[in-house]
Amino acid sequence: MSTPTPDVTPTDGRPLVAMTGIVKSFFGVDVLHGVDLDVRAGEVHALVGENGAGKSTLMKVLAGVHRPDAGTVALDGAPVTFSHPLQAQEAGVVTVYQEFNLLPDRTVAQNVFLGREPRRRGLVDLRRMREDTAALLADLGVDGSVLAPDRRVASLSVAQQQVVEIVKAMSMNARVICMDEPTAALAGAEVDLLYRLVRTLQSRGIAIVYVSHRLTEIFDLSDRITVLKDGHLVHTVATSDTTPDQLVTDMVGRSLGAYFPPRADAGPKQEVLLQLTGAGNHDVDGIDLQVHAGEVVGVAGLQGSGRTELAHAIFGLRPFMRGRMQVKGQDLRPTSPRDAVRAGLALVTEDRKAQGLALEQGVEANARLVLDAVTPAESSSRRGLIPRLLESLSFSARAGAREVRYLSGGNQQKVVLTKWLVTEPSVLLLDEPTRGIDVGAKRSVYDLVRDRTAEGIGVLLISSELPELLGVADRIVVMRDGRLVGEVGPDASEADILALAAGTVGEVAA
Amino acid sequence: MSSATHPGGLRDRLHLTPTTLIWLALLGTLVLGGVVVAADGNNLFAEANIVNLFSRTSVLGFIAIGQTLVILCRSLDLSVGYTAALASIVGATTMAGDPGRIVLGILAALLVSAVVGLANGLVVAKLNVNPFIATLGMGLIIKGYLDSRYAGPVGEVPPAFQDFGYTRVSLVPVATLVMLIVGGAVVLLLRRSRAGHAMYALGGNADAARLSGIRTDRTMVLAHVLCATTAGMAGLLLAARFSTGVGAQIYSAGYDLESIAAVVLGGTLLMGGRGGVSGTIAGVLILATLDAVFNLLEVDPFFRDVLRGVIIIGAVAIYARRQLDRASLRQRFTKLGAPRRPDAEVAS
Repeated sequence: MSTPTPDVTPTDGRPLVAMTGIVKSFFGVDVLHGVDLDVRAGEVHALVGENGAGKSTLMKVLAGVHRPDAGTVALDGAPVTFSHPLQAQEAGVVTVYQEFNLLPDRTVAQNVFLGREPRRRGLVDLRRMREDTAALLADLGVDGSVLAPDRRVASLSVAQQQVVEIVKAMSMNARVICMDEPTAALAGAEVDLLYRLVRTLQSRGIAIVYVSHRLTEIFDLSDRITVLKDGHLVHTVATSDTTPDQLVTDMVGRSLGAYFPPRADAGPKQEVLLQLTGAGNHDVDGIDLQVHAGEVVGVAGLQGSGRTELAHAIFGLRPFMRGRMQVKGQDLRPTSPRDAVRAGLALVTEDRKAQGLALEQGVEANARLVLDAVTPAESSSRRGLIPRLLESLSFSARAGAREVRYLSGGNQQKVVLTKWLVTEPSVLLLDEPTRGIDVGAKRSVYDLVRDRTAEGIGVLLISSELPELLGVADRIVVMRDGRLVGEVGPDASEADILALAAGTVGEVAA
Repeated sequence: MSSATHPGGLRDRLHLTPTTLIWLALLGTLVLGGVVVAADGNNLFAEANIVNLFSRTSVLGFIAIGQTLVILCRSLDLSVGYTAALASIVGATTMAGDPGRIVLGILAALLVSAVVGLANGLVVAKLNVNPFIATLGMGLIIKGYLDSRYAGPVGEVPPAFQDFGYTRVSLVPVATLVMLIVGGAVVLLLRRSRAGHAMYALGGNADAARLSGIRTDRTMVLAHVLCATTAGMAGLLLAARFSTGVGAQIYSAGYDLESIAAVVLGGTLLMGGRGGVSGTIAGVLILATLDAVFNLLEVDPFFRDVLRGVIIIGAVAIYARRQLDRASLRQRFTKLGAPRRPDAEVAS
């Protein structure tokens, strides 16, 4: 049974899944405003849009994680209501999430049949479980000697774990498989494996919803593309009827106007604050980068391209093992964040709640955290700056003693920024500083970046939002597969950056 | 992934799981202990010493087997000592010296224990109370009851049941055999039943378990019921040895923490999801061997506890280190700077 037999023509017209007029809001904020999506058997249907366009929410409605406020979902023409992911799975709608739902300490077979272990005379039939898993793997054209049913999932690469998720979906007789950014964490050659799997599934008549930012993949794999923007359906087009440029315009086409503060005059290049020469570790490699005083350097790249890892390496969390790093002309090899802070670096992390704040503590306690820990001697004299810094960020929560967990995302981020600014850093590393915060708070962050750079600090701004990079950064470096693959100015187009990040132009093929 | 390019390939092939390691460690402990004791002019493997070593394993063994189940589910049970004390009293008072009531006494003791476990499990699973607090509280409740009602020994165990504590087959006490049989049954449960697989899933990733259709609440409750039941078995064994039901003597013996130590020493992750009963039994045997060696060498009790503490912490540090090694295997760039793409061959 290893030769796939296409029993359904890829486009026989009849939709297997039809979502109509889907509306969903969270806490009064509309995320989806009446979106339609139909997917045919044997079709790869790409779902694209910027961050926050509503792709994930739409997928979660289909998967039974969220219930739509309005609109209908029909499977094979019959309306369905999934109130739990299990119901969706039983109906044959399976989602492979970015964060896998696998048990690292269990074997491939145990994961594939979790909760549905085959039994014989009341006992789990281990042999059949292994054999069935091997058969499913073989059926998908995966070499069983490499991805053996008895291997522990923890010992597998990300790509192999993804294969396990897909095998799991197949074992549930999935008819619709949703893949949420399936290649986000994959390196070059691993993507080929995924391509083959997707094509195999397609030839079996399975409907595939493919959420991705990578244009190359979308054009390589998909039959049709649905574009979402700000929770609205832009349109659904046949892939052959559009171009990457057109698609990017569809995704981002909006005016940004006075959203970003005016750029300061680019004066003569000033002192180099941070310099990396051929720096690398387990995650990134061959990094040559300079951040000057008064400069905002943007870092673009797809998820998993190594942007966050670069910031972590600079900050001493996963230190560089090769190359050279200099801060203000001094060689520095921080092996802990403490070293980095002492040298005048600051890192605003991507995950505010898990890595940026002590949620049960008040504003003042959080804002003093780094000061007290790293420079206790200066803490009492600098502490007085905190209220002024908060004010300059238009921090709006009144009671300073309130636990920060009750603050809005924007105000939380202002506390994090204050925590770092009070240490008077010379280089500020910002990792997705505006993720999940409202427009007003975003503007405060942009203003702050501008003001601080005018005062002579250097900023490294990592962001997934291209308009933000183009609006704030003085120049933008692009990362792919752990390396810097190009640099563009603020007058570049989003398509230029996407092309570099997705690897459609430039750089020698890896 | 070919093992030549994969730093963990060799280890993967040798399959040095924590369980294998801990049995090797037991072997090492026995050899080393035997040599040290021999140097002192004694014989660790003399008949009396072997019997003694086995007897020490049975009570802690029962409790640690149950403790393994709850820890696998990312819970724990601090009330096991109190449950054992309660079971010994229920058993001894029900038997009341009448050989005809032995079975009734056993059933009553195990039933009461199971009810304690049911309560623990429901509080943990349904009320979402942290298991540390839930079972600590349950322990206090039982302690209060026992202290106020049964200040001294109570009930009487008929001689026929006392034999359970003392008879042996060749070198192995019957109680130890029963413990091993129970251990075998639990191994079967973990490996060959859906409930067992569900326990690993619950401890490993509760969300994944739920999304796979596992009834996580039931799984948690079942683990707690089984844990308390094995604690009840330990209580019955102690009643047989003491020939009466006792409270404080049992619950103040430190079985709660010692059972957790044995489980963790046996390679079960305190955070759940990985491990098993086989490792736990090896852990119990190691602790018993150390005790036997210390006794024969007449080691100062203070030094003995220090050594036990060092060994338990050391073992867990070794496991943690192995975990770290595994995490660092996933890297995109090696020291040579070339992107590693060992997975290109996966589907070829």
